[in-house]
Amino acid sequence: MSELTSLSIGDARDGLERRDFSAQDLTCAYLDAIEAGSHLNTFITNTPEKALADAQVSDKRIAAGEARPLEGIPLGVKDLFCTKGILTTAGSHILEGFEPVYESTVTSNLWADGAVCLGKLNLDEFAMGSSNETSYFGPVCNPWKVDGGSELVPGGSSGGSSAAVAAKLVAGATGTDTGGSIRQPAALTGTVGMKPTYGLCSRWGIVAFASSLDQAGPITKTVKDAALMLQSMAGFDPKDSTSINVPVADFAAGLGEGIKGLKIGIPAEYRVDGMPAEIERLWTEGKRWLEAAGATTVDISLPHTKYALPTYYIIAPAEASSNLARYDGVRYGLRVDGETIEEMYERTRAEGFGREVERRVLIGTYVLSAGYYDAYYLKAQKVRTLISNDFKSAFEQVDAILTPTTPSAAFPIGDKVSDPLEMYLNDIFTVPANLAGLPGISVPAGLDDQGLPLGLHVIAPALGEETLFRVAHVLEDCAGFTHAPKKWW
Amino acid sequence: MSVDEHTVQYIAKLARIEKPVGDELKGLVDDLNNILAWVEQLEELSTENVEPMTSVVDASLRVRADIVTDGGYPEDIVENARDARDNFFVVPQVVE
Repeated sequence: MSELTSLSIGDARDGLERRDFSAQDLTCAYLDAIEAGSHLNTFITNTPEKALADAQVSDKRIAAGEARPLEGIPLGVKDLFCTKGILTTAGSHILEGFEPVYESTVTSNLWADGAVCLGKLNLDEFAMGSSNETSYFGPVCNPWKVDGGSELVPGGSSGGSSAAVAAKLVAGATGTDTGGSIRQPAALTGTVGMKPTYGLCSRWGIVAFASSLDQAGPITKTVKDAALMLQSMAGFDPKDSTSINVPVADFAAGLGEGIKGLKIGIPAEYRVDGMPAEIERLWTEGKRWLEAAGATTVDISLPHTKYALPTYYIIAPAEASSNLARYDGVRYGLRVDGETIEEMYERTRAEGFGREVERRVLIGTYVLSAGYYDAYYLKAQKVRTLISNDFKSAFEQVDAILTPTTPSAAFPIGDKVSDPLEMYLNDIFTVPANLAGLPGISVPAGLDDQGLPLGLHVIAPALGEETLFRVAHVLEDCAGFTHAPKKWW
Repeated sequence: MSVDEHTVQYIAKLARIEKPVGDELKGLVDDLNNILAWVEQLEELSTENVEPMTSVVDASLRVRADIVTDGGYPEDIVENARDARDNFFVVPQVVE
């Protein structure tokens, strides 16, 4: 029943309701696909027994007419979310053997709404990366490939999530996005990736990277699926001090309402040097689609855009160096013994952290250290204000902003891993929304000359998720993106 | 500003990461200097009279009554420790 894995979450829900198939049928179809797709290395931990048990409960509830919003929908969880009694690694050696005694708020919400847990998905170590190559558990392969070409990265850090959705190994997946870690991998795999307004999804129980930037969100096959998943993930949580206490909107309600009369900003600064012509072309096409649907496009300026990445690469490592201080070999994970407690800390952290994580902890420690704090960290916080103000001015003129998601399509595994700066440039279009706390979504919109997927990116004002989904839905409709990777794995 | 081998070893000490040496140290010095040179483009911008952004959420942090609302399960707290005895974490001796 492999065709079951092609269904969107919305269609699978309808099929379950009509009793066309059972939740156990659906889960088994995904478990088979996962087994056949092991080469892609999307999962760190599989939980087939739990999945089948969850699906059994779902079938009972459906039979009793007590189906919950995501009843029987099989999902994958980025291995950055703590899951009770299930290994949680953050893609790092330093969390070896860690089985949380609690469940993250976001995953609790998903299970409470009836979703089925297929397992934990691979990611860049501590979500630090744009290619899923920094994982202690090995790189993830993108299911997309050029005929006869080498294996490609699925983007990162939520690369296991994006590849698993693209390869139809899960109906949807959770991701987290600190600088683009949901939207960039979605663009590189032809999937939909959505980062909500900062504070909409609770960060409680998610392994922290850069707390002022981290947000959870869904990666799915369709825009509607992203709205459905977010509906369950979002909500006020007193356990997260930055959780926003507002009623959760009905995200899917506005889909299909169209965008007549909306004003869409096209920021001049996103036209960067060396951007491939095909991305420029796709962006222009996206602009035309929105105009044809009745929106007006407006040329806008976000003057501090070019400073967003360097700002991010001060703030994110600074916060990471502080957050990652907790990995000391005492309370959980790896411990490498030493004669003294200091030696034990230092050996544990040297062995437990991979190269990119070590680099960022060192940069973060440096920019926060005495004598350098003002020159780097304080300066970056001030530029962050300027970047946020750019968006505030723009949203006085427009309802949403359209940009490309990434400056290129998926690249071969190993291509950029030795040059950190080149890797960082992947997030050039996604980072500004994180710095300003704004919601953003990547929608698959076309293929490049080699036949690899490219995404268009919509940014909306804070708590403007309904507008964001409406615009994304129109892009999805116009793009008519029905391409799928040829199964080679 | 740039960092030399000595500075990188000092930062590693502050970060409680075993002192990098040899080729690893050389590689880190190069990587960090490249990254620092790149982020220093922020110096082009005047940020006089600009407030630093410390939170993207406009509202001030919530307060609550200072009372115990959670706890009472020490065995859960030490559950994942490599070495724990009687609900205490065990570390190498720190006091003579």
